Amino acid sequence: MKPAAFDYARAESIAEIGTVRVIAGGQSLGPMLNLRLARPERLVDIRRLAALRGTAEDATGATWGAATTHAEVEDGIAPDPTGGFLQGVARTIAYRAVRNRGTVGGSLAHADPAADWPVALALAEAVALTSAAREIPVAALVLGPFETSLAPGEIITAIRIPRPAAGTRHARHKLVRKTGEFAQAMTAVRSGPQGMRVVLGAIDAAPMVLDGIAAAREAIAALSLPPHRRAGLAACLDRAATEVGA
Amino acid sequence: MTRVTLTVNGAPVTAEVEPRTHLADLLRETLGLTGTHLGCEHGVCGACTVEIDGAPQRSCISYAVACEGSAVRTIEGFGEDPVMAALREAFSAHHALQCGYCTPGMLVMARDIVLRLPDADEARVREEMSGNLCRCTGYRGIVRAIMAVLQDRR
Ligand SMILES: Cc1cc2nc3c(=O)[nH]c(=O)nc-3n(C[C@H](O)[C@H](O)[C@H](O)COP(=O)(O)OP(=O)(O)OC[C@H]3O[C@@H](n4cnc5c(N)ncnc54)[C@H](O)[C@@H]3O)c2cc1C
Ligand code: FES
Ligand code: FES
Repeated sequence: MKPAAFDYARAESIAEIGTVRVIAGGQSLGPMLNLRLARPERLVDIRRLAALRGTAEDATGATWGAATTHAEVEDGIAPDPTGGFLQGVARTIAYRAVRNRGTVGGSLAHADPAADWPVALALAEAVALTSAAREIPVAALVLGPFETSLAPGEIITAIRIPRPAAGTRHARHKLVRKTGEFAQAMTAVRSGPQGMRVVLGAIDAAPMVLDGIAAAREAIAALSLPPHRRAGLAACLDRAATEVGA
Repeated sequence: MTRVTLTVNGAPVTAEVEPRTHLADLLRETLGLTGTHLGCEHGVCGACTVEIDGAPQRSCISYAVACEGSAVRTIEGFGEDPVMAALREAFSAHHALQCGYCTPGMLVMARDIVLRLPDADEARVREEMSGNLCRCTGYRGIVRAIMAVLQDRR
Protein backbone atom coordinates (compact mmCIF):
# COMPACT_ATOMS: atom_id res chain seq x y z
CA MET A 1 0.00 0.00 0.00
CA LYS A 2 3.00 2.30 -0.46
CA PRO A 3 3.94 3.58 -3.90
CA ALA A 4 7.09 2.52 -5.69
CA ALA A 5 9.74 5.24 -5.59
CA PHE A 6 9.32 8.16 -7.99
CA ASP A 7 11.00 11.49 -8.60
CA TYR A 8 8.92 14.59 -8.10
CA ALA A 9 9.09 18.17 -9.28
CA ARG A 10 6.67 21.01 -9.19
CA ALA A 11 5.99 22.56 -12.59
CA GLU A 12 6.67 26.29 -12.81
CA SER A 13 5.29 26.59 -16.35
CA ILE A 14 3.36 24.48 -18.87
CA ALA A 15 6.25 24.65 -21.34
CA GLU A 16 8.70 22.79 -19.08
CA ILE A 17 6.47 19.74 -18.46
CA GLY A 18 7.54 17.83 -21.57
CA THR A 19 6.19 14.29 -21.78
CA VAL A 20 6.52 13.56 -18.05
CA ARG A 21 3.43 12.17 -16.27
CA VAL A 22 1.60 14.96 -14.44
CA ILE A 23 -0.13 14.84 -11.08
CA ALA A 24 -2.88 17.34 -10.22
CA GLY A 25 -5.02 16.60 -7.16
CA GLY A 26 -3.74 13.05 -6.96
CA GLN A 27 -7.23 11.83 -6.09
CA SER A 28 -7.15 9.21 -8.83
CA LEU A 29 -3.42 8.87 -9.37
CA GLY A 30 -2.74 8.67 -5.60
CA PRO A 31 -4.78 5.50 -5.11
CA MET A 32 -3.20 4.00 -8.25
CA LEU A 33 0.30 4.83 -6.98
CA ASN A 34 -0.41 3.47 -3.51
CA LEU A 35 -1.81 0.26 -5.00
CA ARG A 36 1.14 0.18 -7.43
CA LEU A 37 -1.24 0.08 -10.38
CA ALA A 38 0.83 3.03 -11.65
CA ARG A 39 4.62 3.15 -11.28
CA PRO A 40 5.81 6.32 -13.01
CA GLU A 41 9.51 7.14 -12.64
CA ARG A 42 8.84 10.82 -12.42
CA LEU A 43 5.87 13.07 -11.67
CA VAL A 44 5.42 16.76 -12.34
CA ASP A 45 2.92 18.50 -10.07
CA ILE A 46 0.58 20.89 -11.88
CA ARG A 47 -1.97 21.40 -9.10
CA ARG A 48 -0.88 24.93 -8.27
CA LEU A 49 0.24 26.04 -11.72
CA ALA A 50 -1.15 29.57 -12.11
CA ALA A 51 -2.01 28.95 -15.78
CA LEU A 52 -4.39 26.15 -14.75
CA ARG A 53 -6.05 28.03 -11.89
CA GLY A 54 -8.84 30.58 -11.91
CA THR A 55 -12.10 30.93 -13.77
CA ALA A 56 -13.76 33.49 -16.04
CA GLU A 57 -17.26 34.17 -17.30
CA ASP A 58 -18.77 36.23 -20.11
CA ALA A 59 -22.00 36.33 -22.11
CA THR A 60 -21.05 33.25 -24.14
CA GLY A 61 -20.13 30.98 -21.24
CA ALA A 62 -17.53 30.19 -18.60
CA THR A 63 -13.95 28.98 -18.57
CA TRP A 64 -12.53 26.94 -15.71
CA GLY A 65 -8.81 26.41 -15.29
CA ALA A 66 -8.10 22.67 -15.46
CA ALA A 67 -6.96 22.66 -11.81
CA THR A 68 -10.34 23.95 -10.60
CA THR A 69 -11.42 21.59 -7.84
CA HIS A 70 -14.74 19.77 -7.64
CA ALA A 71 -15.39 21.68 -4.38
CA GLU A 72 -14.86 25.03 -6.13
CA VAL A 73 -17.62 24.07 -8.55
CA GLU A 74 -19.82 22.76 -5.71
CA ASP A 75 -19.41 26.01 -3.77
CA GLY A 76 -20.20 28.21 -6.77
CA ILE A 77 -16.69 29.70 -6.83
CA ALA A 78 -16.45 28.50 -10.43
CA PRO A 79 -19.21 30.18 -12.49
CA ASP A 80 -21.83 27.72 -13.76
CA PRO A 81 -23.49 28.84 -17.01
CA THR A 82 -25.93 25.91 -16.79
CA GLY A 83 -27.70 27.57 -13.90
CA GLY A 84 -26.65 25.15 -11.16
CA PHE A 85 -26.64 21.83 -13.02
CA LEU A 86 -22.86 21.43 -12.93
CA GLN A 87 -22.76 22.70 -9.36
CA GLY A 88 -25.22 19.97 -8.38
CA VAL A 89 -23.19 17.31 -10.19
CA ALA A 90 -20.03 18.39 -8.33
CA ARG A 91 -21.69 17.74 -4.99
CA THR A 92 -22.24 14.09 -5.93
CA ILE A 93 -18.60 13.34 -6.82
CA ALA A 94 -16.83 11.21 -4.22
CA TYR A 95 -16.72 12.86 -0.78
CA ARG A 96 -16.04 16.43 0.30
CA ALA A 97 -12.48 15.60 1.44
CA VAL A 98 -11.77 14.25 -2.07
CA ARG A 99 -13.58 17.13 -3.78
CA ASN A 100 -11.40 19.63 -1.92
CA ARG A 101 -8.34 18.37 -3.80
CA GLY A 102 -9.49 16.56 -6.97
CA THR A 103 -9.60 18.65 -10.14
CA VAL A 104 -11.96 18.80 -13.12
CA GLY A 105 -9.05 18.52 -15.59
CA GLY A 106 -7.67 15.50 -13.75
CA SER A 107 -11.04 13.79 -13.81
CA LEU A 108 -11.42 14.27 -17.59
CA ALA A 109 -7.85 13.14 -18.28
CA HIS A 110 -8.17 10.10 -16.01
CA ALA A 111 -11.31 9.07 -17.95
CA ASP A 112 -12.67 6.62 -15.41
CA PRO A 113 -15.64 5.06 -17.21
CA ALA A 114 -17.88 5.77 -14.19
CA ALA A 115 -16.70 9.35 -13.61
CA ASP A 116 -19.14 12.25 -13.45
CA TRP A 117 -17.45 15.09 -15.36
CA PRO A 118 -17.06 13.27 -18.70
CA VAL A 119 -20.84 12.78 -18.73
CA ALA A 120 -22.01 16.11 -17.29
CA LEU A 121 -19.59 18.20 -19.35
CA ALA A 122 -20.37 16.24 -22.53
CA LEU A 123 -24.06 17.01 -21.92
CA ALA A 124 -23.19 20.72 -21.58
CA GLU A 125 -21.16 20.54 -24.84
CA ALA A 126 -18.07 21.72 -22.98
CA VAL A 127 -14.71 21.83 -24.72
CA ALA A 128 -11.29 20.98 -23.27
CA LEU A 129 -8.52 23.41 -24.19
CA THR A 130 -5.08 21.82 -24.27
CA SER A 131 -1.40 22.73 -24.11
CA ALA A 132 -1.15 21.75 -27.79
CA ALA A 133 -3.60 24.59 -28.58
CA ARG A 134 -6.33 22.08 -29.43
CA GLU A 135 -9.99 22.44 -28.53
CA ILE A 136 -11.41 18.99 -27.92
CA PRO A 137 -15.15 18.61 -27.25
CA VAL A 138 -15.46 16.63 -24.01
CA ALA A 139 -17.69 14.18 -25.90
CA ALA A 140 -14.71 13.40 -28.18
CA LEU A 141 -12.03 13.52 -25.46
CA VAL A 142 -12.83 10.25 -23.73
CA LEU A 143 -12.27 7.32 -26.11
CA GLY A 144 -12.81 4.48 -23.66
CA PRO A 145 -12.05 3.41 -20.09
CA PHE A 146 -8.92 5.34 -18.97
CA GLU A 147 -8.27 6.32 -22.58
CA THR A 148 -8.39 9.82 -24.07
CA SER A 149 -7.49 11.56 -27.31
CA LEU A 150 -4.78 13.57 -25.51
CA ALA A 151 -1.34 13.08 -27.10
CA PRO A 152 1.60 12.13 -24.85
CA GLY A 153 2.63 15.25 -22.94
CA GLU A 154 -0.50 17.15 -23.95
CA ILE A 155 -2.33 18.47 -20.90
CA ILE A 156 -5.75 19.97 -20.43
CA THR A 157 -5.33 23.64 -19.52
CA ALA A 158 -8.95 24.74 -19.23
CA ILE A 159 -12.55 23.72 -19.79
CA ARG A 160 -14.87 26.01 -21.73
CA ILE A 161 -18.58 25.67 -20.97
CA PRO A 162 -20.95 27.42 -23.39
CA ARG A 163 -23.95 29.29 -22.02
CA PRO A 164 -27.03 27.35 -23.09
CA ALA A 165 -29.96 29.08 -24.83
CA ALA A 166 -32.70 30.43 -22.59
CA GLY A 167 -35.16 27.72 -21.63
CA THR A 168 -32.58 24.90 -21.62
CA ARG A 169 -33.01 22.38 -18.81
CA HIS A 170 -30.57 19.76 -17.53
CA ALA A 171 -30.92 16.75 -15.27
CA ARG A 172 -28.69 13.85 -14.33
CA HIS A 173 -29.23 10.74 -12.26
CA LYS A 174 -26.88 7.96 -11.29
CA LEU A 175 -27.18 4.60 -9.62
CA VAL A 176 -24.73 4.16 -6.74
CA ARG A 177 -24.57 1.47 -4.10
CA LYS A 178 -23.48 4.03 -1.52
CA THR A 179 -23.33 7.84 -1.55
CA GLY A 180 -20.05 8.96 -3.11
CA GLU A 181 -19.16 5.66 -4.72
CA PHE A 182 -18.52 5.36 -8.42
CA ALA A 183 -21.75 4.89 -10.36
CA GLN A 184 -23.14 1.66 -11.80
CA ALA A 185 -25.30 3.62 -14.24
CA MET A 186 -25.63 7.30 -15.13
CA THR A 187 -27.93 9.21 -17.46
CA ALA A 188 -27.93 12.92 -18.23
CA VAL A 189 -30.61 14.69 -20.27
CA ARG A 190 -30.85 18.20 -21.69
CA SER A 191 -33.95 19.71 -23.27
CA GLY A 192 -34.37 23.10 -24.87
CA PRO A 193 -34.39 25.10 -28.08
CA GLN A 194 -31.43 23.08 -29.47
CA GLY A 195 -33.46 19.88 -29.09
CA MET A 196 -32.83 16.88 -26.87
CA ARG A 197 -29.42 15.58 -25.87
CA VAL A 198 -28.85 12.47 -23.79
CA VAL A 199 -25.55 11.15 -22.43
CA LEU A 200 -25.22 7.63 -21.04
CA GLY A 201 -22.37 7.03 -18.60
CA ALA A 202 -20.88 4.31 -16.41
CA ILE A 203 -21.35 1.86 -19.28
CA ASP A 204 -17.79 0.40 -19.13
CA ALA A 205 -17.00 2.36 -22.27
CA ALA A 206 -16.79 6.00 -23.32
CA PRO A 207 -19.97 7.96 -22.52
CA MET A 208 -22.49 7.71 -25.35
CA VAL A 209 -24.17 10.85 -26.73
CA LEU A 210 -27.67 10.48 -28.25
CA ASP A 211 -30.13 12.98 -29.67
CA GLY A 212 -33.37 11.84 -28.09
CA ILE A 213 -35.07 9.76 -25.44
CA ALA A 214 -36.17 7.06 -27.90
CA ALA A 215 -32.65 6.70 -29.30
CA ALA A 216 -31.30 6.50 -25.74
CA ARG A 217 -33.79 3.78 -24.83
CA GLU A 218 -32.73 1.74 -27.87
CA ALA A 219 -29.06 2.24 -27.07
CA ILE A 220 -29.56 1.09 -23.47
CA ALA A 221 -31.34 -2.07 -24.64
CA ALA A 222 -28.43 -2.89 -26.96
CA LEU A 223 -25.68 -2.48 -24.32
CA SER A 224 -24.01 -5.65 -23.13
CA LEU A 225 -24.22 -4.88 -19.43
CA PRO A 226 -25.73 -6.87 -16.55
CA PRO A 227 -29.55 -6.45 -16.51
CA HIS A 228 -29.55 -4.45 -13.25
CA ARG A 229 -27.28 -1.84 -14.81
CA ARG A 230 -29.37 -1.58 -17.97
CA ALA A 231 -32.43 -1.21 -15.73
CA GLY A 232 -30.52 1.44 -13.76
CA LEU A 233 -29.73 3.38 -16.93
CA ALA A 234 -33.38 3.22 -18.00
CA ALA A 235 -34.62 4.34 -14.58
CA CYS A 236 -32.11 7.22 -14.49
CA LEU A 237 -33.23 8.17 -18.01
CA ASP A 238 -36.91 8.22 -16.99
CA ARG A 239 -36.23 10.38 -13.93
CA ALA A 240 -33.98 12.81 -15.77
CA ALA A 241 -36.41 13.07 -18.70
CA THR A 242 -39.30 13.83 -16.35
CA GLU A 243 -37.24 16.51 -14.63
CA VAL A 244 -36.47 18.34 -17.87
CA GLY A 245 -40.09 18.03 -18.97
CA ALA A 246 -39.43 15.64 -21.84
CA MET B 1 15.15 12.73 -0.69
CA THR B 2 13.35 16.03 -1.07
CA ARG B 3 13.11 18.81 1.46
CA VAL B 4 9.60 19.91 2.33
CA THR B 5 8.62 22.90 4.44
CA LEU B 6 5.08 23.30 5.76
CA THR B 7 3.29 24.16 8.97
CA VAL B 8 1.70 21.48 11.10
CA ASN B 9 -0.69 22.60 13.83
CA GLY B 10 0.71 26.10 13.56
CA ALA B 11 4.38 25.17 13.95
CA PRO B 12 6.84 25.34 11.06
CA VAL B 13 8.19 21.93 10.00
CA THR B 14 11.04 21.11 7.64
CA ALA B 15 11.67 17.48 6.76
CA GLU B 16 13.60 15.37 4.26
CA VAL B 17 11.19 12.92 2.67
CA GLU B 18 11.05 10.52 -0.25
CA PRO B 19 8.58 11.91 -2.80
CA ARG B 20 6.48 8.76 -2.39
CA THR B 21 5.89 9.50 1.32
CA HIS B 22 2.26 10.43 1.79
CA LEU B 23 1.33 13.16 4.22
CA ALA B 24 -0.05 10.70 6.78
CA ASP B 25 3.29 8.89 7.00
CA LEU B 26 5.11 12.21 7.45
CA LEU B 27 2.71 13.11 10.26
CA ARG B 28 2.80 9.71 11.98
CA GLU B 29 6.32 8.41 11.38
CA THR B 30 8.44 11.56 11.20
CA LEU B 31 6.49 13.93 13.44
CA GLY B 32 5.01 11.34 15.84
CA LEU B 33 1.48 12.70 15.40
CA THR B 34 -0.25 9.33 15.57
CA GLY B 35 -3.76 10.76 15.97
CA THR B 36 -4.07 10.61 12.17
CA HIS B 37 -5.06 7.03 11.39
CA LEU B 38 -4.62 4.96 8.25
CA GLY B 39 -7.26 2.50 7.13
CA CYS B 40 -7.36 1.90 3.40
CA GLU B 41 -4.60 4.16 2.03
CA HIS B 42 -6.57 4.78 -1.13
CA GLY B 43 -8.99 7.52 -0.26
CA VAL B 44 -12.06 5.47 0.61
CA CYS B 45 -12.32 5.16 4.41
CA GLY B 46 -11.67 8.69 5.69
CA ALA B 47 -9.64 7.65 8.76
CA CYS B 48 -6.70 9.79 7.58
CA THR B 49 -8.72 12.97 7.00
CA VAL B 50 -6.87 16.11 8.14
CA GLU B 51 -7.25 19.78 7.34
CA ILE B 52 -4.98 21.07 4.59
CA ASP B 53 -5.13 24.83 4.00
CA GLY B 54 -8.40 25.00 5.89
CA ALA B 55 -10.23 22.20 4.06
CA PRO B 56 -10.54 18.51 5.02
CA GLN B 57 -8.51 16.27 2.73
CA ARG B 58 -7.15 12.72 2.64
CA SER B 59 -3.60 12.59 3.98
CA CYS B 60 -3.08 9.11 2.42
CA ILE B 61 -3.43 10.37 -1.16
CA SER B 62 -1.78 13.74 -0.65
CA TYR B 63 2.00 13.37 -0.87
CA ALA B 64 4.12 15.27 1.63
CA VAL B 65 6.11 16.93 -1.19
CA ALA B 66 2.85 18.19 -2.70
CA CYS B 67 2.07 19.96 0.60
CA GLU B 68 5.06 22.31 0.37
CA GLY B 69 4.01 25.61 1.95
CA SER B 70 0.65 24.24 3.11
CA ALA B 71 -0.88 24.63 6.56
CA VAL B 72 -1.82 21.19 7.91
CA ARG B 73 -3.98 20.70 10.98
CA THR B 74 -4.32 17.27 12.53
CA ILE B 75 -6.63 16.09 15.29
CA GLU B 76 -3.87 17.05 17.79
CA GLY B 77 -4.18 20.66 16.58
CA PHE B 78 -7.78 21.23 17.65
CA GLY B 79 -7.24 21.23 21.43
CA GLU B 80 -8.31 24.85 21.85
CA ASP B 81 -11.01 24.86 19.20
CA PRO B 82 -14.49 25.47 20.67
CA VAL B 83 -16.39 23.62 17.90
CA MET B 84 -14.15 20.60 18.32
CA ALA B 85 -14.62 20.78 22.09
CA ALA B 86 -18.40 20.65 21.59
CA LEU B 87 -18.04 17.73 19.17
CA ARG B 88 -15.80 15.81 21.59
CA GLU B 89 -18.43 16.21 24.32
CA ALA B 90 -21.25 15.20 21.97
CA PHE B 91 -19.35 12.17 20.62
CA SER B 92 -18.88 10.99 24.20
CA ALA B 93 -22.50 11.71 25.24
CA HIS B 94 -24.04 10.05 22.17
CA HIS B 95 -21.79 7.00 22.09
CA ALA B 96 -20.34 8.04 18.74
CA LEU B 97 -17.22 5.91 19.12
CA GLN B 98 -16.18 2.52 20.34
CA CYS B 99 -12.61 1.61 19.33
CA GLY B 100 -11.90 5.17 18.19
CA TYR B 101 -10.04 4.24 15.03
CA CYS B 102 -12.27 6.28 12.73
CA THR B 103 -12.81 9.09 15.24
CA PRO B 104 -10.05 11.58 14.30
CA GLY B 105 -11.26 11.60 10.68
CA MET B 106 -14.89 11.71 11.78
CA LEU B 107 -14.22 14.73 14.00
CA VAL B 108 -12.32 16.66 11.32
CA MET B 109 -15.17 16.05 8.85
CA ALA B 110 -17.86 16.77 11.47
CA ARG B 111 -16.29 20.12 12.35
CA ASP B 112 -16.23 21.06 8.66
CA ILE B 113 -19.95 20.24 8.37
CA VAL B 114 -20.84 22.26 11.48
CA LEU B 115 -19.02 25.32 10.16
CA ARG B 116 -19.83 25.01 6.44
CA LEU B 117 -23.42 23.73 6.62
CA PRO B 118 -25.00 25.21 9.78
CA ASP B 119 -28.51 24.41 8.48
CA ALA B 120 -27.81 20.76 7.62
CA ASP B 121 -30.54 18.27 8.51
CA GLU B 122 -29.94 14.64 9.38
CA ALA B 123 -30.10 13.44 5.77
CA ARG B 124 -27.49 16.01 4.77
CA VAL B 125 -25.23 15.05 7.66
CA ARG B 126 -25.41 11.41 6.56
CA GLU B 127 -24.61 12.41 2.97
CA GLU B 128 -21.66 14.53 4.07
CA MET B 129 -20.29 11.84 6.40
CA SER B 130 -20.59 9.09 3.76
CA GLY B 131 -16.85 9.21 3.10
CA ASN B 132 -15.94 8.26 6.68
CA LEU B 133 -16.34 4.58 7.51
CA CYS B 134 -16.82 3.25 11.03
CA ARG B 135 -16.67 -0.47 11.74
CA CYS B 136 -18.11 -0.21 15.26
CA THR B 137 -20.91 2.22 15.94
CA GLY B 138 -23.45 1.78 13.16
CA TYR B 139 -23.30 5.56 12.59
CA ARG B 140 -26.44 6.47 14.55
CA GLY B 141 -24.47 7.85 17.48
CA ILE B 142 -22.15 9.76 15.17
CA VAL B 143 -25.06 11.39 13.32
CA ARG B 144 -26.82 12.20 16.59
CA ALA B 145 -23.70 13.78 18.03
CA ILE B 146 -23.21 16.03 15.00
CA MET B 147 -26.91 16.96 14.93
CA ALA B 148 -26.74 17.84 18.65
CA VAL B 149 -23.85 20.25 18.06
CA LEU B 150 -25.57 21.78 15.02
CA GLN B 151 -28.80 22.27 17.01
CA ASP B 152 -26.99 23.79 20.00
CA ARG B 153 -25.51 26.44 17.74
CA ARG B 154 -28.84 27.47 16.16
C1 LIG C 1 -12.70 7.55 -2.71
C2 LIG C 1 -12.84 8.21 -4.05
C3 LIG C 1 -14.08 8.23 -4.65
C4 LIG C 1 -14.24 8.84 -5.90
N1 LIG C 1 -15.49 8.88 -6.45
C5 LIG C 1 -15.66 9.52 -7.63
C6 LIG C 1 -16.96 9.61 -8.23
O1 LIG C 1 -17.96 9.17 -7.67
N2 LIG C 1 -17.06 10.24 -9.43
C7 LIG C 1 -15.98 10.76 -10.08
O2 LIG C 1 -16.13 11.32 -11.14
N3 LIG C 1 -14.75 10.69 -9.54
C8 LIG C 1 -14.56 10.09 -8.34
N4 LIG C 1 -13.29 10.02 -7.80
C9 LIG C 1 -12.13 10.53 -8.59
C10 LIG C 1 -11.93 12.02 -8.35
O3 LIG C 1 -12.94 12.74 -8.99
C11 LIG C 1 -10.56 12.53 -8.85
O4 LIG C 1 -10.33 13.74 -8.24
C12 LIG C 1 -10.41 12.85 -10.30
O5 LIG C 1 -10.84 11.74 -11.05
C13 LIG C 1 -8.95 13.10 -10.68
O6 LIG C 1 -8.58 14.45 -10.53
P1 LIG C 1 -7.15 14.78 -9.90
O7 LIG C 1 -6.92 16.23 -10.06
O8 LIG C 1 -7.11 14.25 -8.53
O9 LIG C 1 -6.17 13.99 -10.88
P2 LIG C 1 -4.87 13.13 -10.59
O10 LIG C 1 -5.21 11.97 -9.73
O11 LIG C 1 -3.77 14.00 -10.15
O12 LIG C 1 -4.56 12.62 -12.06
C14 LIG C 1 -5.39 11.67 -12.71
C15 LIG C 1 -4.83 11.40 -14.11
O13 LIG C 1 -5.01 12.52 -14.94
C16 LIG C 1 -3.76 13.05 -15.40
N5 LIG C 1 -3.93 14.50 -15.33
C17 LIG C 1 -4.25 15.24 -14.25
N6 LIG C 1 -4.47 16.52 -14.59
C18 LIG C 1 -4.30 16.59 -15.94
C19 LIG C 1 -4.40 17.65 -16.90
N7 LIG C 1 -4.73 18.89 -16.55
N8 LIG C 1 -4.14 17.35 -18.21
C20 LIG C 1 -3.81 16.07 -18.57
N9 LIG C 1 -3.70 15.05 -17.72
C21 LIG C 1 -3.94 15.30 -16.42
C22 LIG C 1 -2.71 12.45 -14.49
O14 LIG C 1 -1.47 12.28 -15.17
C23 LIG C 1 -3.33 11.11 -14.13
O15 LIG C 1 -3.09 10.18 -15.15
C24 LIG C 1 -13.11 9.42 -6.54
C25 LIG C 1 -11.86 9.40 -5.92
C26 LIG C 1 -11.72 8.80 -4.68
C27 LIG C 1 -10.36 8.79 -4.05
S1 FES D 1 -6.54 5.85 4.86
FE1 FES D 1 -6.92 7.64 3.73
S2 FES D 1 -8.97 7.40 3.15
FE2 FES D 1 -8.53 5.48 4.08
S1 FES E 1 -15.29 3.59 16.51
FE1 FES E 1 -14.26 1.83 15.77
S2 FES E 1 -14.11 2.25 13.65
FE2 FES E 1 -15.37 3.82 14.34
